[in-house]
Amino acid sequence: MVTRFNVLDHELVPKHEVLKPSEAVEVLRKLGTTPDKLPWIRASDPVARAIGAKPGDIVKITRRSPTAGVSIAYRFVIAG
Amino acid sequence: MGGKKTSRKSSGKKQGKTSGSKKSRAGGKKSRKTRRESGLEKHIEKELKRVSEVLPPSLIEELRTKLLEVKDIITKEEASRIIELARLDYLNNLVEPAEPVGTVAAQSMGEPSTQMTLRTFHFAGVRELNVTLGLPRLIEIVDARKTPSTPIMTIYLDEEHRGDREKAKEVARRIELTKVENVTRRHEIELYEDPETGNYIFTVILELDPVMLEDKGVSRDRIIKALSKLKNIEVSEDPENPYRIIASSVARDLTHMQRIKERILGVKLKGIKGIRRVIIQKRGDEFVLMTDGSNLEHVLEVKGIDPTRTRTNNINEIEHVLGIEAARRAIIDEINNVLEDQGLDVDIRHVMLVADAMTRTGEVKQIGRHGVSGEKESILARAAFEMTVRHLFDAAARGETDMLTGVTENVIVGQIIPMGTGVVDLYMSPSKARPPGQGE
Repeated sequence: MVTRFNVLDHELVPKHEVLKPSEAVEVLRKLGTTPDKLPWIRASDPVARAIGAKPGDIVKITRRSPTAGVSIAYRFVIAG
Repeated sequence: MGGKKTSRKSSGKKQGKTSGSKKSRAGGKKSRKTRRESGLEKHIEKELKRVSEVLPPSLIEELRTKLLEVKDIITKEEASRIIELARLDYLNNLVEPAEPVGTVAAQSMGEPSTQMTLRTFHFAGVRELNVTLGLPRLIEIVDARKTPSTPIMTIYLDEEHRGDREKAKEVARRIELTKVENVTRRHEIELYEDPETGNYIFTVILELDPVMLEDKGVSRDRIIKALSKLKNIEVSEDPENPYRIIASSVARDLTHMQRIKERILGVKLKGIKGIRRVIIQKRGDEFVLMTDGSNLEHVLEVKGIDPTRTRTNNINEIEHVLGIEAARRAIIDEINNVLEDQGLDVDIRHVMLVADAMTRTGEVKQIGRHGVSGEKESILARAAFEMTVRHLFDAAARGETDMLTGVTENVIVGQIIPMGTGVVDLYMSPSKARPPGQGE
């Protein structure tokens, strides 16, 4: 085990980004929702750890979608 | 409820219109023509950019290619009109607010599944590996079982190993779990009772199988080394026969002896825990390993594989190793595989909704008692699903309140459900109402 495989490279894992607080506010305003009503992602999730997401952050996920080509989803990072 | 639906029939249909564009074929006017065309292309790009806030990228792309195909026969105005029509058509096909997408998804997947039950058995057991398919597999996925009944991995190899069967075999050996019992032809036990202590002194004589040693790439020394790591067991080799290994130990009674023997035979020589068998397959121009058994975490660390494409049908493992988004993707792929395999045509949007619901809380939840249905907010909705009395008792004991916001609870109490037109509330201010006779 020299270099551990980076989960972000796997084809099943879409691109995750932690949003800056200002971006997060903008996203919530646009969606007209509160963070807890977004889908969640755990802080212990392998990808969340890899990108350093902390509970309270909002993660932007850019998925490849068979219907829309590219679709963007958000998840709220929760403890656990 | 966040499903978006679009029918994609409409985009770029207006090719038939030939009208106003001047077909200037004469050589002299060529430069003018190209200028006009590039102007049209620019115009198309500008218009596409305008609608890119609304339309998804795949539709934009489709519009662009279709429009460029017919760029010689359309005018700017027509291009704008096509794009505008596509935009309106898209908006028309979006899910209406308050449409019960969950119910529609359930029906759309449930109905074809009834077809599946009857046919599934005839399809079992394809290829060398027996794979669970059809309804049993579908149930397994939506129940979020910890391990599938037939765990299977598809392991892709790196550039060095994917082109050659021998090299692929080399990797396969690293992955396939090989225990002592896999390379022994037979074993004997010799047993003495120690008259003083009453213990049994016994030796296990392992007769190695040279063919299997060769096949699995294990040396005799390696076996001896692995065995000598066991506690309370002495290992020696037979000086006359190199393929005999003798292990001796002491046991309290016969069952204890059996256990020690099992331990000796179960010693891992190489490979990865849980991978019972590896099959080399050719897919296109590369070799791929299929395994019986799954252990994603450890397989990803094996040298010679392509970890970015390697996958398993064990969704629980994917969740733990690659995270919730990968699990969502895997659920969609697995359900889609089952449906496609059975020749059922279910729109992928329904499948995506199921996967979204299952992964909403950041971990994979089953659709059922211990998951999506069992954790509903409403007491009445939970009681209506399963274990009615228990839910009602618990809620009564805790003095819970049901806010009657969902569908089920409103059906139970006989109110209009908050779906479709039911979500619209109408309020009237009597003070502002006009007296009869005035106005319309």
